[in-house]
Amino acid sequence: MTKADLIESVYLTTGFSKKESAAIIEMVFDLMKGTLQDGEKIKIAGFGNFVVKEKSSRRGRNPQTGDEIEISARKILTFKPSQVLKASINGEDA
Amino acid sequence: MTKSELIEKLSDEHDLLNKKDAESIINLVFGGIGEALADGDRVEIRGFGSFSVRERKAREARNPKSGELVKIPSRKTPFFKTGKELRERVDG
Repeated sequence: MTKADLIESVYLTTGFSKKESAAIIEMVFDLMKGTLQDGEKIKIAGFGNFVVKEKSSRRGRNPQTGDEIEISARKILTFKPSQVLKASINGEDA
Repeated sequence: MTKSELIEKLSDEHDLLNKKDAESIINLVFGGIGEALADGDRVEIRGFGSFSVRERKAREARNPKSGELVKIPSRKTPFFKTGKELRERVDG
């Protein structure tokens, strides 16, 4: 499944044109990206939470050369699926 | 940001969407992704990330209270990999 499938289902259920449906789907993900870029988490009930986490710097190794290198501090995005989503993927009732 | 705040923001930013339309669209997006995953499909949203299903192997573990050995069956779990654009924006 890709964005095109989501655009198609917006088109089929709302009566918006394909072009407008595409703009709406873009807007949904742009809003989410902007929120996460600001470091704010997104909680979607029944689906899961997207959370930005700060990782402190640590020492690592280049697995190819074995050289020790410093891995800088960074922010990463994590997704924690909800119980409802996990249950449905396992064919269970939530 | 919660789901209802996302719905509100979508209807605020889009000239033609009232709150009810925005709500059905947000439900369609996450419901659609969830259904695809339940069917074992992979979902790829360019610039945002991809969702897939990973299998956790069956394992044996101990009940921490009773110390009893219990078998945990294999289980599927949703997995999200952040897309390049979003990964860079989050770390920016």
